[in-house]
Amino acid sequence: MNYAVSPWAIAIFCAFVLVVLAISYHFARQTKSAAGFFAAGGQIHWSVNGIAFAGDYLSAASFLGICGMIAFSGYDGFLYSIGYLAGWVVAMFVVAEPIKRLGKYTFTDALNAKFNSRGIQLAAAISTLLVSLFYLIPQMVGAGSLITPLLGLPHEAGVILVGTLVIIIVATAGMASTTYVQFLKGGMLLVFSLVLVFLVLSRGVSTAPDQGGDVPFRHSTTIKVNSWNGQELSLSDSSYKIAGIFPENLGKLVFVKLTKDGHSSFWRLNAQDMALEETQTIATRPDGSKLYNGEPKERGKFYQVGHMSRIIKDGQEMQKSGTTDFFSFIKIIKDGTVVRWLKYAGLSDGEDKVTVYYQQPTEGKELLKPGMKFKVDKARGANTANRLDFISLMIALFFGTAALPHVLIRYYTVPDPASARKSTIVAIAAIGLFYMLTLYMGLGAMINGVLDLTNDNMSAPLLAKSFGVTIFAIISALAFATVLGTVSGLIIASSGAVAHDLADKFFKFKMDEKKKVLWGKLSAVGVGIVAMALGILFKGMNVSYLVGWAFAVAASANLPTIAMILFWKKTTSRGVLASILVGLGSALGMILLSQETFNEVYKIPHIKSLIPFNNPAIISVPLSFLTLVMVSLLTQRQEKARQAVNTEQM
Amino acid sequence: MHGPSTKWAVDHAASLKRVLGLWMVILYFIVYAGFVVINVVSPSFMAVDIGSFNVAIAYGFLLILFAIFLAAIYNHVCTHAEEVMKTMRPGDEPAVSEEGHS
Repeated sequence: MNYAVSPWAIAIFCAFVLVVLAISYHFARQTKSAAGFFAAGGQIHWSVNGIAFAGDYLSAASFLGICGMIAFSGYDGFLYSIGYLAGWVVAMFVVAEPIKRLGKYTFTDALNAKFNSRGIQLAAAISTLLVSLFYLIPQMVGAGSLITPLLGLPHEAGVILVGTLVIIIVATAGMASTTYVQFLKGGMLLVFSLVLVFLVLSRGVSTAPDQGGDVPFRHSTTIKVNSWNGQELSLSDSSYKIAGIFPENLGKLVFVKLTKDGHSSFWRLNAQDMALEETQTIATRPDGSKLYNGEPKERGKFYQVGHMSRIIKDGQEMQKSGTTDFFSFIKIIKDGTVVRWLKYAGLSDGEDKVTVYYQQPTEGKELLKPGMKFKVDKARGANTANRLDFISLMIALFFGTAALPHVLIRYYTVPDPASARKSTIVAIAAIGLFYMLTLYMGLGAMINGVLDLTNDNMSAPLLAKSFGVTIFAIISALAFATVLGTVSGLIIASSGAVAHDLADKFFKFKMDEKKKVLWGKLSAVGVGIVAMALGILFKGMNVSYLVGWAFAVAASANLPTIAMILFWKKTTSRGVLASILVGLGSALGMILLSQETFNEVYKIPHIKSLIPFNNPAIISVPLSFLTLVMVSLLTQRQEKARQAVNTEQM
Repeated sequence: MHGPSTKWAVDHAASLKRVLGLWMVILYFIVYAGFVVINVVSPSFMAVDIGSFNVAIAYGFLLILFAIFLAAIYNHVCTHAEEVMKTMRPGDEPAVSEEGHS
């Protein structure tokens, strides 16, 4: 799809950037100490910190990814919302207060508070860096692909713009400026998502959505088929000439290429209704250029889709539902039929490679139950490995959230443990509310004729666009801010790991406060540059699953140690060290040997992976717990001796 | 040495909060696991109607609201416990405070 860049969007975007820079400048003068840089001096109010948590956590994957997934696959996208939120329960009840009580600036501090072991220091810092990196790559790639439609800039410019802004935010005032930027973004995201949902509900549902009158609904054409015997086809409309018949997918899908007045188009044969249905296509020519519905992109022939073909309200079929509410909106979709567009990539037309998007009317009640995207339903061909994969993902989300580095460091910005707890409640309430809204935003995008088939991430902003340019501009600026916010949180976490955990505590470089801050700033710049390079390097790759990896590694390497130190007195330093290493090693190892990595990273989809699932958490989390218990039990005596030595030294 | 950046008063309510927190996590995990298991074992049950919603949506919303609800209760109990036990010395029995809270 081709996006016209709106001056409003640029104006609001620039205003937002200016506010962010002003915040950074304001706090820069106050950031003189390490506590100021890494933990905002521990002086942030819990309510501000709570919303900042939401700002940190509602990353591009949450906001754009989930809405897009719901818009294209229905309920399954919402499963992420549920998993992402459930993890906060662990953060609230287990991690929040103790982590604040034990640590100074970083998770490593808290973990090592009891043991003072250099091994733990190193292992925990490395795991922090790795998780941050996994999380950073999709954010940076997302930044690039967002900037293209919003501001009309190339991918690289988007990545460099985000990288530079984040480095400015972080390197000037560290955690203080980051926190207020997050607060601003989290608060605005909540408010405008609510506005958007109310607009969706008040507009209601229509069988011919016209984007509020801006874009006339495009009724798709069908051509009657006179006869079809499996090989030959005759049409009722003789002005079309048949240029080719393509039985694909073992004959389950039949596409027909027609020509009329020198234009060619692809159609899908619906053998049941004896009709040809219109499709949309993207053809890649041998020279690499692309044709959208047979024409160059600039012609704008590739159109937005998504509508309901049948609406039933109060037992009656109708064209327009009128205003709906939180309940009736869902009920109308559940009782009706939604026209989804499915993708078939891999049709060869001469030398052209053609991707065909075709219509698939789907019952609403099928869309509102799990199984469109995740293979959980036996009836839809799911096997045991598919289902274990799903369970594994849900485990990773549950145990991973509380152990994500950029979540953990936010506990050090508040004055005391009680504030850490209170800010977590604010976070749960804000994030929970937002995730409930994702269902309405996603379904709203699905049926309002706004979907761009080539870019599911743009579903929520495009939905906003159908309500006017202003709200589109705001939501787009927010989408950008989302990337900005999460990236700055991750960069601070990484900078803490490098400057505080490694340079200061592990290598024991002699540093005064000033030097510590300088180290923090320099490592932020360094990590920022690495992130920019990766964002450009991974351009165009589907990297959303990297977020799942980040959760899996955090859940395996970090969470078991935190939990056991708190709840099991016999935990020893060697147990902790072994648990981090085994969790990290097994999670990483299984990720690197998974089928998804074979397909997406090494590009060897024909080789079958020995590991039957893509998400390692179901094995690596229990393994890490088990290792901790076994090693701790075996090293009880050494631990006592070590503690005695430690006490003498003190 | 490692340690927190600020010194706080000894938290007498720490062990109570820890036990309460642990039980709440276990409780939530059971409800969450139930959701995951139904998804895998019987996806068709997820499509059963509950008023305007179906089981999938109702259970999903319930999980989100339940998290907020538990968090609010936990905070309420913790705050109260901190108030009541603020003046205790280690080894004291939890007592009814002078303001009449129990």
